[in-house]
Amino acid sequence: MTWRKLLQTGWPIIPVVSALLLTGFLLIAFGVSPVDGFGAMLQGAFGDYNKVLNVTAFWVPLALSSAGLILAFTAGLWNIGIEGQIVMGAIAASWLALKFDFPSPWQIVFQLLAAMIAGALWAGVTGILKTRGRVHEIFGGLALNNLAIIFTNYLISGPWQPPEGGTFRGTAPFQEKAILPLFADSRLSLISVVLLVIALISVYLLLRGTSWGLKLKALGKNPRSAFLLGVSSERELLIALMLCGALAGLGGAVRVTSWFDSLRQSISGGIGYLSLLVVMLSNFSVVPTPFIAYFFSAVLNGSITLQLRTQLHSSLGGIMTGVMVLLVLLFGDIKVFNFFADQKTKELADE
Amino acid sequence: MNESEFIQILSSIILQATPLMLAVCGETITERVGVVNLSLDGTMLLAAMTGFVSAYLSDSVLIGFIAAGVVGSLFAIIVAYGSIRLRKDQYAIGFVLTLLGDKLSAYLGQNYTRIPGPRVSHLGIPILKDIPILGPLFFDHDLLVYFTFILVFVTWWWLFHTQTGLKLRSAGERPEAGFARGVNINRLRYVYTIIGGALVGIAGAAYSLDIKLGWAEGSTRGLGWIALAIVIFGGWSPIRGALGALLFGGSKALAAVLQRQYPDVSLVAFNTLPWLLMIAVLLAVGSDLTDRLIAIAPRRLRQQLRQSLKIRPPAALGQPFTPGESGDV
Repeated sequence: MTWRKLLQTGWPIIPVVSALLLTGFLLIAFGVSPVDGFGAMLQGAFGDYNKVLNVTAFWVPLALSSAGLILAFTAGLWNIGIEGQIVMGAIAASWLALKFDFPSPWQIVFQLLAAMIAGALWAGVTGILKTRGRVHEIFGGLALNNLAIIFTNYLISGPWQPPEGGTFRGTAPFQEKAILPLFADSRLSLISVVLLVIALISVYLLLRGTSWGLKLKALGKNPRSAFLLGVSSERELLIALMLCGALAGLGGAVRVTSWFDSLRQSISGGIGYLSLLVVMLSNFSVVPTPFIAYFFSAVLNGSITLQLRTQLHSSLGGIMTGVMVLLVLLFGDIKVFNFFADQKTKELADE
Repeated sequence: MNESEFIQILSSIILQATPLMLAVCGETITERVGVVNLSLDGTMLLAAMTGFVSAYLSDSVLIGFIAAGVVGSLFAIIVAYGSIRLRKDQYAIGFVLTLLGDKLSAYLGQNYTRIPGPRVSHLGIPILKDIPILGPLFFDHDLLVYFTFILVFVTWWWLFHTQTGLKLRSAGERPEAGFARGVNINRLRYVYTIIGGALVGIAGAAYSLDIKLGWAEGSTRGLGWIALAIVIFGGWSPIRGALGALLFGGSKALAAVLQRQYPDVSLVAFNTLPWLLMIAVLLAVGSDLTDRLIAIAPRRLRQQLRQSLKIRPPAALGQPFTPGESGDV
């Protein structure tokens, strides 16, 4: 009896342990002892005060786009296009930072707003392609991601090239007032953390406490019956997608105005795709999302230190999180429970 | 541009499109049987890396292709097991595998990037390759290209003109009807998903051993998604899918030609071409554009046009199947 209970409560550990085992094996296969490897990752994530601040700074845009994705997934939409929405947000914020000059607090406020609008509009394109053109949002979103990335490269190597010529790697650094006030010497802005908390609470309340959230859930669960009940699917889907895009765009703005100080070539750094994994792992609910996002951020920052110390490719962190999500997806609804449940009914039947 | 240059471009389009044709053919089989394997992009990356490294270490191109096929079928097994046995979201599993394949290829292939290795050797077919125009276009390539042509044609014929092909399609269209006739739907789905995955893996190795020689991180990134879009554009038919692959191969060659003609235009503009094309072709088949086109055609032709242009996905695509009340098969 007790071991059954132990297995039931301990089950969520199994994907984590398996992912760690596989990562350890991959370390050994490339000649690095797991103790050194995991040690480097841990130190890279939480080794000192600055490292923790960095993990937190990386976490903010990741959690922002994850929060947005919860809305899209609730509506039953696969917003793979979130990567492009982050990029467009970053581009819009950079545009205002480089080409406009507003008085001090307004400069950054306008940048953040512009980023949200750009992200929402880019998501809107995916939405229109889906609702009007019947192009599945996975393909529409994916094409738009690549177009957004190509557009960034064009801007960096062309019109927004820094005056001293250029490195093809980024624009000139923004002026002081176009950057979020940073905490101590880090890349973390406390304002962005406040915005993230507001976003998370809003998404939570939207889904929990409003009729709109209820409509969205109905749509995601069963679009046909929702349609029969008179929930206009097109409008709700578009709004959900655009809200998601707005949060992703805000995440992009946070990337250019605090993590970096300029528009860079790989401005998103894969945050969009990563946030899809975060949300899958959180089973599309708000409360665990920021914690999972923080864990992912720690793993990723840790694996960069791993690469610096051991010359091993930093994609190891991505493998670890990927395997974890895959195992949870496959076995996460706890087949163990079902197995025991079956056995229990059998026992009852026997009695 | 003279004639021989033009033929050379066309011939390079065919070569460029070969791996895409393979991947499209594999995924078409998979989706025809009712399963969506969304992991193509990651599968192809990992298979391209595995194929190159195994061919490099064994000095045998054939072993490279076999290894790549095994990688492709392993990923397909995960998708099939997850969706058929565990009844989980196929899109989610496929998407995670996409990212995982990408990361795994970067990590496992890190010591083999940008080094020369073996490649598929050129093999013109004697006599046939000397036919004007057709010779250089179709008979002056390598074994992989011929294999692909034959595969596409055989798959099409087998899907639409044989009894086993009918069973396969029944699993994707009306599984309950197939089941009533004694077809083991879920076993078929396993088998063909794995075969389709193996072809996708071979397509990945086709890049690293024949088209984009060698391995570099992310070398085929994006092409898997394009292949998935072509499957839709091709209306789940191997031959139309192959034509779609040629269209994309053509857009690439066109970009190269245009770039030489207009060196002032930024390279970036040409890079957008495949993605704009992807949206355009999906719009063409998804929206009511085809209906409108048919409506303006002469009345006599309408019925025929409707039959050849209108496409729809297999009716049970992506839906798990549980046979009646009789429990699991």
